[in-house]
Amino acid sequence: MKRFIGFVKKEFYHIFRDKRSLFILFGMPIAQILLFGFAITNEINNVDIAVLDHSKDATTEEIINKISASKYFTITQFISHEDNIETAFKKGKIKAVINFEKDFSKNLIKERKASLQILTDATDPNTANSITNYINAILQNYQQAENKDIEVAYQIIPQTRMVYNPELKSVFMFVPGVMTIILMLVSAMMTSISITREKELGTMEILLVSPLKPFQVIIGKVVPYIFLSVVNAMVIVLLSITIFKMPIQGSLFLLGAESVLFIITSLALGILISTIAQTQQAAMMISLMGLMLPVILLSGFIFPITSMPIPLQVISNIIPAKWFIIIIKGIMLKGVGISYLWKESLILIAMTLFFISLSIKKYKIRLE
Amino acid sequence: MKTENVIEAKALTKKFGDFTAVNKISFEIKKGEIFGFLGANGAGKTTAMKMLIGISKPTSGQANVAGFDVYTQTENIKKNIGYMSQKFALYDDLTVRENITFFGGIYGLSRKRIKEKTQQLVSELGLEEIKHQLVGSLPLGWKQKLSFSVSLLHEPRIVFLDEPTGGVDPITRRQFWEMIYKAADRGTTIFVTTHYMDEAEYCDRVSIMVEGKIEALDTPKELKKQFKVDSMNDVFLRLARNIE
Repeated sequence: MKRFIGFVKKEFYHIFRDKRSLFILFGMPIAQILLFGFAITNEINNVDIAVLDHSKDATTEEIINKISASKYFTITQFISHEDNIETAFKKGKIKAVINFEKDFSKNLIKERKASLQILTDATDPNTANSITNYINAILQNYQQAENKDIEVAYQIIPQTRMVYNPELKSVFMFVPGVMTIILMLVSAMMTSISITREKELGTMEILLVSPLKPFQVIIGKVVPYIFLSVVNAMVIVLLSITIFKMPIQGSLFLLGAESVLFIITSLALGILISTIAQTQQAAMMISLMGLMLPVILLSGFIFPITSMPIPLQVISNIIPAKWFIIIIKGIMLKGVGISYLWKESLILIAMTLFFISLSIKKYKIRLE
Repeated sequence: MKTENVIEAKALTKKFGDFTAVNKISFEIKKGEIFGFLGANGAGKTTAMKMLIGISKPTSGQANVAGFDVYTQTENIKKNIGYMSQKFALYDDLTVRENITFFGGIYGLSRKRIKEKTQQLVSELGLEEIKHQLVGSLPLGWKQKLSFSVSLLHEPRIVFLDEPTGGVDPITRRQFWEMIYKAADRGTTIFVTTHYMDEAEYCDRVSIMVEGKIEALDTPKELKKQFKVDSMNDVFLRLARNIE
């Protein structure tokens, strides 16, 4: 035990004397959470739109007022002719144009229908989609209000409610993702680098010749990172509660336990990487390419898994991050307990055991 | 006492697939002896050494180190040997004292013992003023001397040195060998690989490995007589040429 404490102490010296690892450990999580929280957002807010009003009557004015009164849109331009729509889009500031047909009001009264055209800049398809939906919703609202007193044959009135994130804050989606990335990065990349570093320096050999058993060496190297990752997870949760008002619906204890489980999964992956990589550089490249990219692209963090092609959906199952994101989203947003998450947790445990046994096997081969 | 064997190898062999890195080597090393383990790069020196220090399992043959079997008792072997690799292997980002404390610790030395040893080491090597400096800032020669002292911290019965003086100036090399002699006088057995042939002359006995086999094993004096040459360098060249 005393040997072990000495070992862990030495590991902390390494970490705290290396500015680069300090930055990755503590600067990056905070920077990432703030970046994802503030800068990167899917929400529609104050989008600049233009109006081309061919009829300029009471109804179109009412609709225009309704649109500009919403916090989603700002009408910054009135266009007088179809030819100018193109130029407005090309300048880039305008994201959508609403084009009312001629005699809008008159048609509405006489023919009981009138049409308007919504043009959106689809260079950013997601935003374009949202903009169209939002404008449609405003129009629907207006229509319902107008038809309130009129008897219609039948009418379907959808009542939508967004559960678990009623304000559709994208930070609620990013926090679990960022937490996953950071825990993965700190645990897998940092441990694999620190183990390969000892290999590169030749100190690993000295440690293996010492009475310390190989597993003691590995555990000694890994324990400080478990500790730091837990601290990191706490910092992230605290930041998201205080700054982004993220609710933690479920049990904090379960959240902590699941985080520790995922940290151990990542550490096992880090150990596995260090048995393959001979240099720090290689360890870093494998971690970045092999872990970070799949975590960002295939874990469901940013891109929904259900809309991926089938082969990618299958691949996403072997990515530990996918399961952890399901788990923490469940705990943080839905407030579900272990009775809903045992399957995902078991998958993570199985993956951890698999990585560890594979590392031991690889290690043995090297020793032979 | 002088006749006690601390290392015995009999037909020790290591194969990697079809390649035989170490081919049936046999030798005995006595307590307090300085044994030079010579050979060109790739001759199998390091592989042979790794089997003796318990981090590589032999394919066949037998060997005992400090009375323990290299197949089954590697844990005991590790407690009784010191090792210094050809790469300088202390931690650059730890101070002199922290390094001593760490390595003392993993060999299970008590805190009191570590303190005494640190004191003794620091004064012997004249490191008083720099004991709180990071090892990375020391000149290579000092690092190597420190590294050797660290490998002796737990007073092992045998110390294995893998090309300990690579890249060091002649004066430091001289001082280094003085330290080796001192350790040998205290009864520590020294097993040293080198490819500096002048260093071979300092050893009590040397073995010369060529392509996995030990081609010569005797005192430097006897070897020179046997090959009718003046220096170990020539002995080595003769052997290498015979093989070709």
